[in-house]
Amino acid sequence: MMTTITVNGEARALDLDPRTTLLDALREHLDLKGSKKGCDQGQCGACTVLVNGARINACLSLAVMHDGDEVVTIEGLASGEALHPLQAAFLEHDAFQCGYCTPGQICSAEAMLREAAEGQPSQETRDLAAPIVLTDAEIRERMSGNICRCSAYPQILAAIRAVAGDAA
Amino acid sequence: MRPFTYERAADALAAVRAVSTTPGARFLAGGTNLLDLMKVDVEQPTHLVDVGRLPLAEIAETEDGGLRIGAMTTNSQVAGDPRVRARYPVLSQAIVAGGSQQLRNKARTGGNLLQRTRCPYFYDPSKPCNKRQPGAGCAALEGLNRSAAILGASRACIAAHPSDMAVAMVALGARVEALGPDGTRAAMPLADLHRLPGDTPHLETNLPRGALLTAVILPPPPEGGQVYMKARDRASYAGALVSVAVAGPGIALGAVALKPWRARKAETALAAGAAPAEAMAAELAEARGFGRNDFKIRLVARLAVAALDETSKGRGA
Repeated sequence: MMTTITVNGEARALDLDPRTTLLDALREHLDLKGSKKGCDQGQCGACTVLVNGARINACLSLAVMHDGDEVVTIEGLASGEALHPLQAAFLEHDAFQCGYCTPGQICSAEAMLREAAEGQPSQETRDLAAPIVLTDAEIRERMSGNICRCSAYPQILAAIRAVAGDAA
Repeated sequence: MRPFTYERAADALAAVRAVSTTPGARFLAGGTNLLDLMKVDVEQPTHLVDVGRLPLAEIAETEDGGLRIGAMTTNSQVAGDPRVRARYPVLSQAIVAGGSQQLRNKARTGGNLLQRTRCPYFYDPSKPCNKRQPGAGCAALEGLNRSAAILGASRACIAAHPSDMAVAMVALGARVEALGPDGTRAAMPLADLHRLPGDTPHLETNLPRGALLTAVILPPPPEGGQVYMKARDRASYAGALVSVAVAGPGIALGAVALKPWRARKAETALAAGAAPAEAMAAELAEARGFGRNDFKIRLVARLAVAALDETSKGRGA
């Protein structure tokens, strides 16, 4: 089935079996191996990509559902050799050991910072009417869809904190 | 995954016609539950009708001061809507208590209501499950039934409904609208959408086959406080052991039955002047556990008392 998806700014036409997940289309058909297959059932977040700006689990979506959509993967975040600020912060803060969850963590964090700026609440949000204050508890909660088996959570928090700035 | 064909519906009527006339066809919206179940061979559709881009993603004011939430709104869209946050905080709280942000960005209002149980035996085709295969038996009765229902269960099925969002909507007295295969629109209270298992746990809703949920209608916000409380094994990203939504006089309980449970007996007792603990005792008089989930009866009573204390404080403020 013909499907055209704009991936990291480039329109890519694919002829796919409808069973192909967005994750498999990215990895196996477009050779973008940055997005990882961890659990393949939406529980670990290693496959997190941005679709029309929103972070989703690419493993729980069919590629054919994304005809005409704009997808950004970890490969699309850097500008040439210049790392995305979150990529640089993950290096600076040693926010990984094995690195398998890292592309998903970074894509997720990128969207998370925008969601918070736009006022999207989380279960840590005490005042649903006020602007979001990104406390450490807020960052942890908002990143709970990304599991790190090496348990680098303190460093991941520090890296995201460094990009987000201090909580008020 | 088994092979299937896929089409994107041109409009809602074409979608319901396609699903109602094609054997093995299913609606696909966000897909977070359906695709997960297809991967483990529990769902075996032969044709998917993608309704995710139908123009049913609006949140609009109703004439009486409520909100009409289109069935294709995402969970995060509803939770973040300024009107929902200001007037229906219990609904925002319930939605952000469920899943992860990645899932909430994709999951839709209609699909959230129609998601299947997380009973481990429903998910495991190697075990008997009457919901998956009528007449096969229920492995949960004598098995790992920590998540099972304590109200409205039957010998055929003791599964619980997993939605957080639906619990808040039921406490708010929401109605649902659906488009039937013949093009007629029907509406019913959300509290009547899901069926209790009885002898037919494979029949999950009172919608006719092929009907498409199109909207959830919230009545004007009730007088009084609102709160959603959820008890679970992890602090985040875990299904409820039990949950409670209070919205003014409305009370609903989650993960205690195969449907979001409107606690009418407790509401009546409270209105008659009972203390919260007495009201919950009345609600739970017929509750029963199946061994590993016995704790839910006390847990939901205590959680509801805490929620009622919270909202009564809010009212006094």
